Amino acid sequence: MALAAQLPAQLSPQPAAGGGRGGRGAAAGPPAAFVRPPAYPERAPADPAVLERGKAIYGVQCNFCHGSDARGGEGGPNLLRSELVLNDDKGELIAPVVQNGRGEMPKISITREQISDVAAYIHSFKVGGYDVSRMVPLSILVGDAKAGEQTFKTMCASCHSVTGDLKGIASKITDPKALQNGWLMPGGGGGRGPGPGRGGSPFNVPPVTVTVSMANGKKSEGRLVRIDDFIVTLTDADGTQKTFRRDGDVPKVEIHDPLKAHKDLLPKYSDKDIHNLTSYLVTIK
Amino acid sequence: MKTIPNLLLTGALLAGQIFAQALDPSVLTKPLGATDAWPTYSGDYSAKRYSSLKQINQTNVKNLTLAWTSRVTPGPGGRGGGFGGGAPVIIGGEGSADAAAGGGFGGAASIRASILQVGGILYLSMPDNAWAVDARDGHEIWHYFWKTKGGTHIGNRGLGMWGNWLYMETPDDYIVCLDAATGKERWHKEIAGFNQQYFSTMSPIVIGNHILTGTGNDLDEPGYIRSLDPETGDPQWTFYTVPMKKGDPGLETWGSLDGAKHGAGNVWIPGAYDPDTHLYIVGTGNPSPAYTNPQSREGDNLYTCSIIAVNVDTGKLAWYYQLNPHDTHDWDSTETPILVDGEFKGKQRKMVLHADRNGYFYVLDRLTGEHLLTSKFSEAANWVKEVNAKGQTIRDVSKDSTVPGSLVSPNNGGATNWPPPAYSPDTGLFYVPQNDAYAMYYLTETDPRGAMGLGGKDETGLGSLGSFLTAIDYKTGKIAWRHRYPGLGGNVGNGMLTTAGRLLFAGDAGGNIVAYDAGTGKILWHSHVGNVSNAPETYTLDGHQYLLVGVGDQMFAFTLY
Repeated sequence: MALAAQLPAQLSPQPAAGGGRGGRGAAAGPPAAFVRPPAYPERAPADPAVLERGKAIYGVQCNFCHGSDARGGEGGPNLLRSELVLNDDKGELIAPVVQNGRGEMPKISITREQISDVAAYIHSFKVGGYDVSRMVPLSILVGDAKAGEQTFKTMCASCHSVTGDLKGIASKITDPKALQNGWLMPGGGGGRGPGPGRGGSPFNVPPVTVTVSMANGKKSEGRLVRIDDFIVTLTDADGTQKTFRRDGDVPKVEIHDPLKAHKDLLPKYSDKDIHNLTSYLVTIK
Repeated sequence: MKTIPNLLLTGALLAGQIFAQALDPSVLTKPLGATDAWPTYSGDYSAKRYSSLKQINQTNVKNLTLAWTSRVTPGPGGRGGGFGGGAPVIIGGEGSADAAAGGGFGGAASIRASILQVGGILYLSMPDNAWAVDARDGHEIWHYFWKTKGGTHIGNRGLGMWGNWLYMETPDDYIVCLDAATGKERWHKEIAGFNQQYFSTMSPIVIGNHILTGTGNDLDEPGYIRSLDPETGDPQWTFYTVPMKKGDPGLETWGSLDGAKHGAGNVWIPGAYDPDTHLYIVGTGNPSPAYTNPQSREGDNLYTCSIIAVNVDTGKLAWYYQLNPHDTHDWDSTETPILVDGEFKGKQRKMVLHADRNGYFYVLDRLTGEHLLTSKFSEAANWVKEVNAKGQTIRDVSKDSTVPGSLVSPNNGGATNWPPPAYSPDTGLFYVPQNDAYAMYYLTETDPRGAMGLGGKDETGLGSLGSFLTAIDYKTGKIAWRHRYPGLGGNVGNGMLTTAGRLLFAGDAGGNIVAYDAGTGKILWHSHVGNVSNAPETYTLDGHQYLLVGVGDQMFAFTLY
């Protein structure tokens, strides 16, 4: 169950690319008095001397079966998510298991004090699923650059050129993952409505514009600010914001999305196309 | 149980009086609209969110007008209430945090809950907070605040009511019993282990003398439904959604017992109840670890991502149907199942209808769990290799998270999510909010032991091809009509309400509450109130039909004069 997944996703009408975590609400910031409670119980840091003793004993007695990071090893389960370990404070629940053995686990002859030290060591590991510190950078470059060049020609070349708008793209975006995410949906996170790319994205994404044609033939054009079934708001060339009432098809509203071609391609790519194309684009320095 | 007659039903309540009434248990067994109340999460046990009320209908909905609006302020500060003035705050709780909470992480205070209406009083909640409010003008009657130990404060889905008592789950895993008349605490009991990183958001469901609870967990702890005694809060039975010991059924669908016991399948959105069979029918959450495939979870992972039917008297499983064997995208199947009696392929059936976060729609026979239909409602969904002979959606393993990235729709938020769907027997249509979003799923944990919980994946959203209000004909699984929300955004969407006035109400992505023709999707009325944060509700008060919506920390009540 993802946290974000439970959000109602009350998104403002335009931005809403469903960011990495499933579309976070665009609610106003929390009130000033808001103090967030801890999501999970937090353990006070242990005395380094205790941790050192605990680590040494763990290394000798526990490491082989439960793994050096306590996430499981040869036959022994992950201790970090164990109900018993999670509810243990200073070894009081762990001790009987260690001293008596349980199931396939033999009893281990260490003292109650040593068990407390081991418990402190086990409790010093971060316990959580979403853990940025474990996100080791792995190379995503598994594709075939030559095949990627072909893919570029068939899928991208009608709008883009590696000697034109994409010249030196791999020098501007040196992280292959950022490059891949960026070419798939330029503008940071993709399709976030009006406005250029955010967060200093090197891709120059023009704003979403809209044309509003009144029944009398008068037209207004400009940057799309917001739209729903009942109104449309734009900012015209001289910076004036205008809002029009909508009544079904009147006035006629046409949205011009500069990323439409990118969106239209999403159902068409294979993962192989994507990986090949990225492997090609990293060569465009 | 006391059986005080429902005074509203007898018409004895005089306008202007405020006093809490006990909930007559017979009200809970009636279809929505047959009484004046909204007494449980979905309005009634069938979870159709269909009211037989039709005072507001297609002809006059354009005259719907604001009756009142009111704001509630979570926290211990007291006298928060906006327009009607606040009430003194009653404080409880085991923790020390004076956090005003109320909202989700990163979010402001928000009513993401069903609001009960019993005897002219509204009972509503946010995480750590419960209120009673006069349904005639939004005036606050009492406010209860729970000092928390912590836990994920993402939302609270509402209160349960039994006689004179209200029940609320807290993010730090207690259930609190409150006196509906005063807001004073009667007792609180622990329902899950906070140390194990459970957090509790579900609206308790009251069936007979059972209070059904469920919890969430983003580590790897097992999911369960626990039934409590309404007088004492003591457990009556616990049904685990994953095998917990040797010999438990379904253990063969896991790589190891340890994997099964840490396999999640949490139950965090209420199900539906069939009073004829005494079956509580509910969807279960994803298996854990969510995105990685250690040997310990090799197999189908029963009963995660399933619709399960549990006998409410015994806590025993009657049947199950697993929609997604071995889910790898954190697509919980907790979206509310809807119970419908009707014709299917020439035969009268008692059915369950369910639209899943994974982009597919399923119809089952609810007496047996027999599969009747699977169809795809999100055209973008690209993760299924085949729909097998049993109608299960079998994943394409190449669409699991990979190191170089896997382009998948839906995104993690899903083609739909917890915002409740609705079904109208007048139109035969099932209404669901839909989002066709894509994301790149990158695997970041290559350790063969897998990650824990939601770890091991980095997701980059690539935008949405559109978000919709979608009407599905359950007999064919085909889309009858679809309303596309204008603009380029994607949105998991808002919950639904439909009525015998042939209306469909839902918040849209632009901050409007909108009434649609339930048959065609044509827009008939709207009001810009701000982003609607719960599913609209309807009930009768003083002979007038009301429409009620939550908008962040505000409520808006509409009626016809």
